[in-house]
Amino acid sequence: MEQYAAWKALLVAGEPTTAWQKFYVFFYQAFLENDRWQQYLSGVGTTLLVTLFALLLGVVLGVLVAIIRTAHDQQRPGKHNPVLGFVNGIMKVYVTVIRGTPMMVQLLIMGFVIFASSRDYVTVGALTLGINSGAYTAEIIRGGLMSVDQGQMEAGRSLGLNYIDTMRFIIVPQAVKAILPALGNEFIVLLKDTSLISVIGGKELLYAARGVVSRTYEAMYPYIGTAIIYLILVMMFTWLLGIFERRLRASDRR
Amino acid sequence: MIAVKDLKKNFEGLEVLKGVDLEVKKGECVVFIGPSGSGKSTFLRCLNLLEVPTSGEIIFDGVSMTDPGTDIDKMRQRMGMVFQHFNLFPNMTILKNLTLAPIRTKHLTKAQAEQKAMELLKRVGLEDKAGGYPAQLSGGQKQRVAIVRALCMDPEVMLFDEPTSALDPEMVGEVLDVMRELANSGMTMVCVTHEMGFAREVADRVLFLEDGKILEEGTPEQIFGNPQQARTKEFLNKVL
Repeated sequence: MEQYAAWKALLVAGEPTTAWQKFYVFFYQAFLENDRWQQYLSGVGTTLLVTLFALLLGVVLGVLVAIIRTAHDQQRPGKHNPVLGFVNGIMKVYVTVIRGTPMMVQLLIMGFVIFASSRDYVTVGALTLGINSGAYTAEIIRGGLMSVDQGQMEAGRSLGLNYIDTMRFIIVPQAVKAILPALGNEFIVLLKDTSLISVIGGKELLYAARGVVSRTYEAMYPYIGTAIIYLILVMMFTWLLGIFERRLRASDRR
Repeated sequence: MIAVKDLKKNFEGLEVLKGVDLEVKKGECVVFIGPSGSGKSTFLRCLNLLEVPTSGEIIFDGVSMTDPGTDIDKMRQRMGMVFQHFNLFPNMTILKNLTLAPIRTKHLTKAQAEQKAMELLKRVGLEDKAGGYPAQLSGGQKQRVAIVRALCMDPEVMLFDEPTSALDPEMVGEVLDVMRELANSGMTMVCVTHEMGFAREVADRVLFLEDGKILEEGTPEQIFGNPQQARTKEFLNKVL
């Protein structure tokens, strides 16, 4: 503490300082002064919470949209269900609108137009991210479902299993294995995109870093620190995904 | 047991089946032969409605398969099918492959299904593979498992769609042995195959399909020994 004050005074006065002294002052100022690390920590907490919520919402929406769209496309010729056709239309509009507009614009509209009166920016942000992620996840899952050999569906149905059981026990497990890398990619993008909710006032990691920058007039350490924290989070995520993928590959043993 | 009346099937304007009639009695083994593209597989796939016929009627055990009110899943539980490419479920162990359908359709309890699966696996000599995955099996073993998978549902009819066409020549015999044993045990069978030796030996009736129509039918002796149609003779000369 005294060390920091003394070296800070040297820097402010323009006296010559060593690289170590500079590093110490800026690092202390960015992360330790006034217990600022707590702001980053609570920011990381929010980031993870938003990611988790958006992930769950995205997966639920994605699975729902993908299954409805696949079921619609796989109807027997001549046996078209009008309700399914209508719902399928809505799903298509959803995917088109979400994929066709920037994430940032969606956040601003949700935060300042649709939920303009809400003060709960984090929830609004998580909701927006989840809805956004759902559209991408839906297309990834749909691709996975379509990539499973048609013979698998035929074999399941020929045994007398109904469509839902065949999907649940045969098609979906194989699709999940095939799409895991793409899904992991989407989850990583989602984790990093949580930084965007700072534009509507969501107090996540980047919001904390920006607060520190505006108080200390020093950008390098808070932002690089933030980048390193995101990197570590993503690496942990990738590691977990790798474990999961290896477990799913059990049936490839020869 | 199965009655097919004037079955027609179009694929986007292409007429694949041009009116096929067939009557299969209980315990009979009927074999379809014919050139590729003649509609053999399509016909077989129409029998359990994997392909929806354009017109015509299929009656299985007194119930119309083509009637929209029929519970097709219930009917399919009574008809086993074996595919050219096995279509085992790669994400499950062999035992799970065999017991999934009987358990899910409440045909058998888990314990009964597993017991039955092991008994049948033993019959085809694969009981030691129960815990393995399909990727660990050879083609012939996969097809034997696929036959067992269908048998686990205690079907009344078995449909075979070119079951040996995707196999190494060495492995054809082991699959045909299982089919032969099945036919001898009195199973009703409808087969599409290029194995003329099998057709001659096992079939009760051979049908020659050409261009979406049954051109000639009869006992194996009639078809292979004394074919009436010039086209049948030509085909048999080429393949035998």
